[in-house]
Order: sequence, then structure tokens, then C-alpha cells
Amino acid sequence: MTQTNRLQQGGRIDRSRTLSFTFNGKTYRGYDGDTLASALLANGIDIVNRSFKYSRPRGIVAAGAEEPNAVVQLGSTEAAQVPNVRATQQGLYEGLAACSTNGWPNVQRDMMSWVGKLGGGFMPPGFYYKTFMAPASMWMTYEKYIRKGAGLGRAPSENDPDIYDHLNQHCDVLVVGAGPAGLAAALCAANSGARVILCDEQEEMGGSLLDSREMLDNAPAGQWVTSTLNLLAGMDNVTLLPRTTANGYHDHNFVTLHERRTEHLSDTAPKLRNHRQVRARLHRVRAGQVVLATGAHERPLVYANNDVPGNLLASAVSNYIRRYAVVPGNKLVLSTSNDHAYRAALDWADAEREVVAIVDARDKPDGDLVQQARAKGIRVITGSAVIEANGTHRVTGARVAKVDLERFAVTGPVEELVCDTIATSGGYSPVVHLASHIGVRPTWREDLLGFVPGDVKGMRPAGGSQGVYALGDVLADGAQSGAEAAKASGIASVVELSLPQAEVRQESPACALYQVPHEKTTLRAPKQFVDQQNDVTAAGIEVATREGFESIEHVKRYTALGFGTDQGKLGNINGMAIAARMLNRSIPEVGTTIFRPNYTPITFGAIVGRHARELFDPERYTAMHQWHVENGAEFEDVGQWKRPWYFPRKVNGKLETMDEAVSRESLAVRNGVGILDASTLGKIDIQGPDAREFLGRVYTNKWAKLAPGRVRYGLMCKEDGMLMDDGTTSCLGDNHFLMTTTTGGAAAVMEWLELWHQTEWPELQVYFTSVTDHWATMTVTGPDARKLLSEVTDIDLDKDRFKFMDWLNGKVADVPARVFRISFTGELAYEINVQANYAMHVWKTLFEHGKKYDLTPYGTETMHVLRAEKGLIIAGQDTDGSVTPEDLGMFWAIGYDKPYSWLGKRALTRPDTARKDRKQFVGLKPTDPAVVLEEGAQIVFDKDQAIPMSMQGHVTSSYYSPTLASGFALAVVKGGLERMGQKVYLPMPDGQTHEAEIVSPVFIDPKGERQHV
Amino acid sequence: MFYIHCPYCGEYRGEEEFSPKGEAHITRPADPDGCSDEEWGSYLFFRQNPRGVHHELWVHTLGCRKFFNITRHTVSYEIFETYRMGEQPKVTEQSLAEALNKTRKEESV
Repeated sequence: MTQTNRLQQGGRIDRSRTLSFTFNGKTYRGYDGDTLASALLANGIDIVNRSFKYSRPRGIVAAGAEEPNAVVQLGSTEAAQVPNVRATQQGLYEGLAACSTNGWPNVQRDMMSWVGKLGGGFMPPGFYYKTFMAPASMWMTYEKYIRKGAGLGRAPSENDPDIYDHLNQHCDVLVVGAGPAGLAAALCAANSGARVILCDEQEEMGGSLLDSREMLDNAPAGQWVTSTLNLLAGMDNVTLLPRTTANGYHDHNFVTLHERRTEHLSDTAPKLRNHRQVRARLHRVRAGQVVLATGAHERPLVYANNDVPGNLLASAVSNYIRRYAVVPGNKLVLSTSNDHAYRAALDWADAEREVVAIVDARDKPDGDLVQQARAKGIRVITGSAVIEANGTHRVTGARVAKVDLERFAVTGPVEELVCDTIATSGGYSPVVHLASHIGVRPTWREDLLGFVPGDVKGMRPAGGSQGVYALGDVLADGAQSGAEAAKASGIASVVELSLPQAEVRQESPACALYQVPHEKTTLRAPKQFVDQQNDVTAAGIEVATREGFESIEHVKRYTALGFGTDQGKLGNINGMAIAARMLNRSIPEVGTTIFRPNYTPITFGAIVGRHARELFDPERYTAMHQWHVENGAEFEDVGQWKRPWYFPRKVNGKLETMDEAVSRESLAVRNGVGILDASTLGKIDIQGPDAREFLGRVYTNKWAKLAPGRVRYGLMCKEDGMLMDDGTTSCLGDNHFLMTTTTGGAAAVMEWLELWHQTEWPELQVYFTSVTDHWATMTVTGPDARKLLSEVTDIDLDKDRFKFMDWLNGKVADVPARVFRISFTGELAYEINVQANYAMHVWKTLFEHGKKYDLTPYGTETMHVLRAEKGLIIAGQDTDGSVTPEDLGMFWAIGYDKPYSWLGKRALTRPDTARKDRKQFVGLKPTDPAVVLEEGAQIVFDKDQAIPMSMQGHVTSSYYSPTLASGFALAVVKGGLERMGQKVYLPMPDGQTHEAEIVSPVFIDPKGERQHV
Repeated sequence: MFYIHCPYCGEYRGEEEFSPKGEAHITRPADPDGCSDEEWGSYLFFRQNPRGVHHELWVHTLGCRKFFNITRHTVSYEIFETYRMGEQPKVTEQSLAEALNKTRKEESV
């Protein structure tokens, strides 16, 4: 393969390093320094994709981030697949493998193009929804096939082998874009002593200077770029980030930078000294000031068949010729509304290829560049424009005619020019994306024919991003912005920068040209594309406005203009101009849509960083975790905690199921002794002279008389009277309490206590410390609990001296311990608290002594069954933020007559909380003991009622009880406390209806005799 | 992502360290049992939700665990000040309007 379009000289490529790559399975060659796009153009590849909706052949249009068509799938292996890569932004490397994202069987002969050709004329905006709307039930079927035909690439199906990092960065001045404005700004700010980050999305820093015809201090502009970058690289206060896109601008000058470190080297990160390199970094930059030096995108003109390969932006033509030594064709027609675009024709002529004509929409252009073109003998056709491109797979000619911009009409005969390339320019659109990411709308400048950034605190646009285009002015504007930013970031004295001398050119003013008129009306003319990535045409926008979509936001959503990865880089302004023409308004009246992050696509890897797999979320382990693992525990996630769920044993060579294990564990506790690792319960140490008063205010029950050595169960409500959390609190001393919370509620309860102390009752002297991790808790429970514990403790366990709801200090297994006689199982129980570091020793000692009692470890599932058999609630499972202590029937735990109006008390007498038919907490006994009701199942009173049935409550907890030899459940039922003994029904999705009786929630030992032994 | 100055730590920290807790300066009635249902209901449920200057309660959850107040613009998200519990805001909707009027007058002179 020869690089037919490559020039013998020039460009910034390294001709001594030939690289081979494949595109759609064919091998081609390019040079080091190429982008994939420049290499494709060098090889004469016209068609790089098929379009999204109409499957039209598409070629490369631009040379940068604004490229709408050359979106490719990258990757030589499945794991290395990357979708959504712009060929114009992808540096070429040896072995690069890319393919088109659309087109089947291939882009040259696409089967889906029948849609574009046959259906094309009949595919207005909303085509799919309008066409496939009936019957509604078939949409899912249609959608499957429609989606198959669309799409821009695919995700890899194998794991990504690469590593990504997140870095938090701070700087005084962040400069986005290293073109002339950005370089001047960075240099000025850095010289003044500011800490500067300069980032640029391209393979090389320098921006427009890399393909500029202009001279700085009488030398090619590229030389100033090199010397400035050398200066900056040598400064300690400057961080240069090439290949780094500022993708999102967020509140308070928080900017996310996506740095691609290895994507120009290979498709997965290469290894360095045997370690895989970091593929990409996400810099999370908090910038004192931001200088927005993002430049401007050239706007293409909208004319018939402007999407046929061979239609390019004028600036892209210059870029390919001067930076990559690639001329993307042989015969050029340039259609322009301004002087700048003449560069393309001059560069083309310098490359010794034919410029057929320059078609200028202005009547009397006479700027310096225009005169240079005339001097070269190039034909300049004035007052005219290219109204249509000829050709299907490549431009074969341009149809040129006189146009009247005021009347939007073709006014003269059409001349057909033979050419293979049409370059167009409708002026420039400042790249305002970042400035509008936080919702600030850009402002229209009629003198510039473009939007400039709105006011964003802490951000300064510089150069092209605010419509300053002449090189000398850009440099000065950049330097000034850099100085201002440095000053605003707190630098006292700013150093003045000596700027290189730029040429000064005479320019004739541009004219406002967006959509080019055609002899036929927009709806009858061949398609005139506004947004090539989303296949939005001028006709589509006309139709939208005719159908009544007047707001540009609605037009956008109806037509998909500026959607997706494109974010309206080329099409937005043209689309607004068309809407404005149709609505008879000005562009600022129509307004603009808001751009959103990300500016260009970013890989999920970079977003995720190291927060993947085992580092996705922290895991919390108790001090006995290793024992649980070694003893075959299955684990359950409770918040971040890993709690043993159950401990399956091998029985006859087979591992128990969960039901079998839970049955065995439950019976062991009821008949012998079991042990639970309860370390995850939240523990809050509360101290201070007002600790007791404080408890009385946050708990519903009384704390005034709880003596040291005693424990009490407490309920905590929010101010709306709804139960928030529950747990026991022990009096360790007159000014010292230990509160326990649910495992999941620990952090919230801690914050809740702090909230009330800090905001409402700062006069109370009380202090809270989380001690959850400091103490390990093991619950020894069952009829044999006392016998077992007595073997390893010096505490007198006599039932009259160490009573239920007492706690004592002492030693367990020779280490200091607090033992609490509280029970969450209904059996005799001791909760042993020891310092976490000692816990494994204590746990193992208990098992040594426990062997003869068949001490059985149990997990959370058995804990649930045992507590539910006793009707003990779990806050957050049996309650859901709409349940009061009264609804739970816990009148005994409500201190109505406490002197202080505790949190939640007042709300209990609101009419709604005092209703008699509130959902109340009850037990449910299924008529068929083999039935275990479904948690969450709805309860009805009348099983024969027609749907929709009146729902009267729902099941909150439900298990099979080996002790009762029956299923049983806890539930909330409307007016349930008054309905004891009544039958209720639970209709299930499978058509069955279960029957159950409302009973007391306490299923076992209602008098509590077992825990008092 | 907000950049918040914790008035207790005396430092700017990223939003991830903080949690918002709703409107600030909601005082619990001194005598809840003496409140009418309507009074108690408006204390419990009714909030300003302004478009503009908003005083809100935040907590430095992953820092010093202190509650404090922020004066923030709900459209621009600009934070005008942060201040400790028990203190009053210096920036209000009214003070901003007055400051704006003052600059306008100065400009017109």
C-alpha cells in the first residue's frame, strides 16, 4: 500500500519511523506522529463509517475533538476493545487495530443503507417512534432490531487488564489548552510564581500554531511553541499534562482532567520494568483560577450532500497538509464566509495540487489572504456558495451559485465545478463547553457571529474561546488572562511577559452564513446535514419547528441535535440558526442548549480508577473473622461489615443447606448453648454530668433512675414520632453510659446525637465517642450458657446476684471483660465485651470449654429466627420510618410523663399518629404450618375482593421455626392490635392465596421465663 | 463539587467530607407540648426552599464531626460564607440586594 496523499516533505511526522496498522482488517502504513485520521487520509481512505440513522457513507471531516464521523472501535484483542474513539484524536502506533463502528457487512457496501435510500425521504425526526408506535406491545420487539442497526461501538466482553489512577491536585492557575493563548497565559502566570497546571488534549502541545502559516518574531510559529514549552518544562511550579482533556468543569473550580498516558503506545498499557504502566489518570483538580484557552472550532457550512466523503472543514485541510503532510484530495473547491479559510486554499496550492476555485459568499472580499490567493492565480467566485456536493462515495463535483443571504435564496445560474474535495468555513465557534457545564449560558456576540462564555466565577476565557482570533491579539489576551488569574489567585506582583511579534493582517469582515440556500426548498433538496454524528438535517429542524417545537431545548430533544458523544461541537450553532430562520427570530432569541460533561468520551476505567473489585468498597471484619472463615461460615453483608450468616456443617459428606444449618443452630440455642459474634453492633460511649439528662431527651423511655450496673432497652424516635433505632444502654457510672445501636444505624445514630447536642442543647455537658471497633462482643446464649461461662470467668453468675438486665466487670478467659446479661434470643444469655485485640483468644477459649456442651456458633440468619420467635423487632426491617413505638405496641417503653418533651413525643399526639387504624405490629401464624410467608407480601382482609384489592398491611419478617415446627411471621396490619385472632389473606403473584391468623408477635415463652432463669 | 470552608477546622475541604442537613436556623419550639398541631407541623415539615440565598446546615462528617452553617446561592451554588452554630449569617438575600444597589449607584455616578 502506498500513501498516495502523503507529501514528500513537511509536516511534523517522523518519516524514518514507519508504522503499520489495520483498519477494517486491511493493513496500511503511516508514520510516527500521525493520528489514525491523518494516516487513513494519507492512504486515501474515503469512507470511515456509515452514518447512525441513514447508513450513509461518511468520511473524515475535521482534525480534532470536533470530528463527528470518524468514530472507531479500537483494540486488537477482546479485552482491549475501546468504543467511541475519534480517529482524529488517536495517535498512531505500531500494530494499531481499528474498525468502523457502523456498517454491515462493511462500510463500502452497507446492507442497512436501504433504510437511508428507500426510507430516507420518509425518516423525519421521531421516525422510529411514529412508525413503530402501534401496537404498543410490539415496541420491545421493534426496538431490539432498531437498536441492532444503530449504535456507536460496543463494550468489551472481557475484563480490562489495565490500571487507572485518580489524583487529587491543587493549583493556583489551571490553563486549559496549550495553543497560543494557553501558552502565553501559563508562561505569564508561572513567571509570576503561581503554581500552574497546563493541560492539552492533543498529541502535541501548541494548538493552532502547529499548523500555522504565520511567523512569530520572523520565525515559524512552531519554534516559539518549542522554546516556550522548554521554558515551562524547566519550572518547578508548572505541571505540563499533554494528551489530557479537561472533560468536566464543576462547582467551585473543580475540574476533571483525563490524562491518557499510554493510549498512543498500544491498545493496552505496555509494561515498564515488568510492571504494567498506568493507562490513564483522572486528575481531580481544585483550581484557584481557570484560564479557558480552548480555542474555537470552525463551523462547516450546511449545503446539500455536505456529508459525502471529501467534504471537510477548511481548517482541517490546513491541519492535515501542514501538520501531517497529507493532502486529502487532488482538486479543491473552498466555500467560505470569511478570510481565515483562505489558508486552506493557499496551503493546498503550496502542496502543488489544484485549487479549482474559492467560492466566497461575500460580494467584495479584499483582505490580505484574499489578495494572496488572487496573486497565486486562484479563481475567486464572490457572492456565491457551494449549494450542493456531487458524488456518493466521494465528492465528484461542486454545484456553485450566486446566493442572496438576506432572502435565503439562490439568485443565479448553477455552475458545476469538477473537484474531489470541498472545504468549507462558516466562521468559528468559540469552544465554550466547559464554561457552560455548571449551567451558565453562553452569550451571543453578533460581531463575532458566535457564542462566548458567560460569566463564571474564577474562570477567564482567553483567545479563541472568547472570539479573539488574530494571532498577535490571542497572545496578548492569553498573557493578560494569565496575569489576571495569577493575581486573583493571590500572587501579589505579576511579571510582565515579553511576547513575540506577530504579523498583522488586513481582514475583511465575515458574513453570517450557516445553511446555504438551494434551488429547491429545504424539504425537497438533497439532505443538508447539520449534525452528522446524529444524522440531523436542516429539513429535520424545519419539520421540528413546523410541528410546534419552538424552544431550542425541545428541538434538540426531538431531532437529537447535539446529542451524545458529539455534544454539538460542529452542528449546534448551525442548528440554532436554522431554527431562528424558521421561527423568524434572531439566534440569541432562540438561545442555545447547555453543554454537559464530558467534553469528549472518557473510559469507564478512568472514571472508576482503583475503586474496582476488592477496592470497590471497604469491607469491615470483626476480630474473630478469621475463625469464621476457617470454620466455613457463609457471610452476609451488613453495611460494610462481613457478618457470619450461618455455619453449614458437613453431614454425611454433604454440606448443609441454609435451612438445615439454621434449624440445627436454632435448636442448639434453645436446648443447649450457642454463640454469636455480635461485634458489629454500634457502640457509643457517652460521658459527662448531663449524659443521663441527654439520654432522657433522645430516648422515649425513662433514664433518670437507671443505676450503675443496670441495663435498659431504649427506643429512639425522630421528631415526627417514627422509630429510628433501638438498642440497650448500660449505666457504667453516674456520668458514664454505653449505648448500643443496630449494626447499620451506628453512624446515623452517632450523628443524630451530635446534631442535637451541637445545635439544640449545647449547654448539656456530654461527650460521645464511637467505640464500635474497640470492643468485640460475643453472645453466649442457651440453657447451658451459665455453666459454660462459669468455667472461664471470675464473675459470680449466681442468678440472684447477676440478674437479667445487669452488667458486671470481671475477667473472662483471663482478660478484662464487661459482661451484660441481656438477651436477643429469649434464652439465658451473656454478652461478653472484651477489647478487640483479646477477642480471638476469648472466643477460642470459650470453644475449648464449650466442646462438652456442643457450643454451636450461629450466624445472623439464626439470630433473626430466634429474635423473631420472641417478637423482638429489628429497626429497619420491621419498621420503615412510618412506624411509631405505639404502632409497635411498646407502650411500656414510652415515658409519657417524663418532664422533658423528648424527641418524637409531641408528634405522637398529631391526629395522624393517633389514628386507630394505623398499621400495627402483630404476629402472623399461617394456617398451613408448612407455609413460610414471603417478606413484603401484602395482606388483605377480604380474599374475594376484586382487584384492586384493599391492602391492609404487609409481612415484615418471616421464617420457619424449628422450635414451633411451623412457619411464622411478623407483620404490620391496619388496626392489628384490635384484630387478634382474626384471619387475614395474602394473595401471591402466582395466584395462590395464603391464609394466616393474627396473633401476638411473641411466639415463644410469652412470660419471659427462659431468659430469667 | 463544592469547596467548603469548615469554620471549626479553619480549612477548605472537598464536598465529599461533608453532608447537607437541610435548612439552617430551624429552632425546636421551647414548649412542644404547648404547640398547636399546625405549629408543630410547620416546625417539622415546612421549609423555605428559596431560589436564591439559602442558609443551610451542614456537618463535617468525615472531618471534625461539627455542625455548622453555610450561606449558599441555590442557582449559582456560590457559597458566600460558612459560620459556626449559634452565629448569625452576614450575607442574606437582603444584604446582597443592598450591596448590588450600592454598586449600581456607584456605577451610575
